[in-house]
Amino acid sequence: MRERFASGFDPFVIPFVIGMAFVLGYCLIAMIRVICQLPKADRKRFLLSLITPKYIWMNLRDIFLNCLIHVKLWKRNKVLGYMHSSIAFGWFMLIVLGHLEVMLFVPERIHLFYYPIFFNYFVAETEQTLQGALLMFLMDFFLLMVLSGILIAIIKRFASRIVGMRRTTRLSALDRVGLYSLWAIFPLRLLAESFTAHISGGSFMTIPANWLFRQFLGNDLNALPTWWAYSIALCIFMCVLPFTRYMHIPAEMLLIPMRNAGIKIRHPRKGFALLEVYSCPGCGVCIDACPMSVRKTNCKDATVYLNRQLRRGNERRIAEISDKCLLCGKCSAVCQVGVQGPELRVAQRERRKFALTPSYTGMDVQPLTAAVAGKGGVLYFAGCMTQLTPSIRRATASLLDKAGVRWHLMDPDGGLCCGRPLMMAGRSEQARELIAKNLEIIRASGCDTLLLSCPICYKVFKEEYPLEGVRVVHHSVFFQELIAAGKLSVTHEDGLRLVWHDPCELGRGCGIYEQPRQALATAGEIVEAGMHHAESICCGGSLGSLTLSYEQRQPMTQNALDNLTVADPDQIVTGCPLCLATFVRMADRPVRDLAEVLDEHC
Amino acid sequence: MDFGFKLSPSSAVNLDTVDHRRFDRLAQLVPDALTCIGCGSCSATCTASAWTGMSVRKVLLGLQRGQDAEVDKMLSGCMLCGKCTMVCPRGINTRQLILTLCRLDKKGEMVR
Repeated sequence: MRERFASGFDPFVIPFVIGMAFVLGYCLIAMIRVICQLPKADRKRFLLSLITPKYIWMNLRDIFLNCLIHVKLWKRNKVLGYMHSSIAFGWFMLIVLGHLEVMLFVPERIHLFYYPIFFNYFVAETEQTLQGALLMFLMDFFLLMVLSGILIAIIKRFASRIVGMRRTTRLSALDRVGLYSLWAIFPLRLLAESFTAHISGGSFMTIPANWLFRQFLGNDLNALPTWWAYSIALCIFMCVLPFTRYMHIPAEMLLIPMRNAGIKIRHPRKGFALLEVYSCPGCGVCIDACPMSVRKTNCKDATVYLNRQLRRGNERRIAEISDKCLLCGKCSAVCQVGVQGPELRVAQRERRKFALTPSYTGMDVQPLTAAVAGKGGVLYFAGCMTQLTPSIRRATASLLDKAGVRWHLMDPDGGLCCGRPLMMAGRSEQARELIAKNLEIIRASGCDTLLLSCPICYKVFKEEYPLEGVRVVHHSVFFQELIAAGKLSVTHEDGLRLVWHDPCELGRGCGIYEQPRQALATAGEIVEAGMHHAESICCGGSLGSLTLSYEQRQPMTQNALDNLTVADPDQIVTGCPLCLATFVRMADRPVRDLAEVLDEHC
Repeated sequence: MDFGFKLSPSSAVNLDTVDHRRFDRLAQLVPDALTCIGCGSCSATCTASAWTGMSVRKVLLGLQRGQDAEVDKMLSGCMLCGKCTMVCPRGINTRQLILTLCRLDKKGEMVR
């Protein structure tokens, strides 16, 4: 290889240089801004993690696997996985190999950062070398890889069902500019490299293309305009990148180390929340996943649109989307970059101002405390929702007696709320007051185990209550252990087909999927729903939503029921009194709590 | 002078002097408020009623009768547990109703 131009410069590189300088400058400022917005302790923690070997390795691995290879997406959808990894990894390799070529053949030009991108224009092939041919081959190979990804992307845009997505995001105007310029970059690169392939050399794609073009275009006058077009396409893409969904490319590289360092959302709009908003790739996977999407009008309330409105600062829509969400957490479960939709929404709710703030400090819980004081053993907190479904409480009590457990009911005549509904409504300060009151009762009882039959309570007791020395356990786990220990003998009923509905708070919220199924399998035959485990569909009754009306929730409940009954089970079994009460109204077959099913077979 | 007994203050409600602005704004924001039939299911299930006598039915009634102090006392005990929503035969989203009410000042304006 030798250089064609002594100056090593041509005016067509200017658009690329402008675009590159702009995007690098913008991202650098944005990164510093996000880091500065973090609370002091979080910032220190994050910066420390950047120099800890364990985290460095974790960050590099996660960035490689998620940003370049898109492992999570591969697991979900092979076509989309290929599309994203071919574009990201192919492009990355083109850049790396471009630098390698410059280092090998014209090392004195390595300081010019446009040189590796436009290498083929600036050099001429002198002799065939194996090294050169191999690099040329790899360049063509990765270009082909990227082009195949772009082809799938174009097909996806016009017929998303082919790649397995029912709905895809409606793009904003700037997103379209970014998208079309991204589509244009690589075909233009192929054209540009093909036009100069007889000078710079090429491989299996560029040389035949060059030959083809020479058959009807007798001169080299097309080469320079195509290189200009390639450079301009790059410039447009990079100039609009910060204002489009493609901002997720740089943002995700900061999001991964921050998440690894354990940073959480502390402010609704600043720091980590801002970074999550920018990390949203706008792919729209959350639209199909959202249980609200069964109503077409609610498609625009998916997390992807929340992120868009947060970027635009549209307060009316932000409030509307934040309040409507069921907080089931499925968008987070399917999100490829791990944007925490529910947490983002709760943070927005916490921002609200109220004219009237409730206070629970004056409530006298002395009678409740006295009733359980010093009893020890297992303390069973039924909670508000179980009080509404007394059959669950009776069945749980009966099972505990059958197993010979020493237990006491914490709220025989109704107690305080656990605080989780307040937290979901964004009133966590008030929830703290309830937590303090409940804690007083639990501590006074001297229990070693706190048993809950409601996953909503379970999650908050587990995460927010400082209960060292007390085991907090959901009844499904507790009964599974009693069965495994032989304290409860459940008779198996042959031919009884049971489907387990994973309640959002228990499954995605606390990661409990298998114990309820194991317990249930002792009573009957388990069949699975269409979507289950982390993909299970919210019953629609969730306390998370503040504004959805009963009528609006009905189609969501019906959709969840349709999903549960695909294998035609005899009974639907769940572990959440709220799911139960919601399903019972519309189900065409018995809906029961795990405790009821076990008690019947005990 | 101590007679050994005293008269209770009058609890009569003069509907002509009642300030309806808070209820009107609520009805505008959450039209469900107008569909309450006062069945009392919410009163029967309320977790907070043991402490503050909270009941959505009484809150709506109190607002229309101008019993602001009683309404505020009841609201300040609500834990948003959602039991009233579950039992309401009219399907009223009581939690939204309560949260909206908490955001309105005495004149019925949303606080910002």
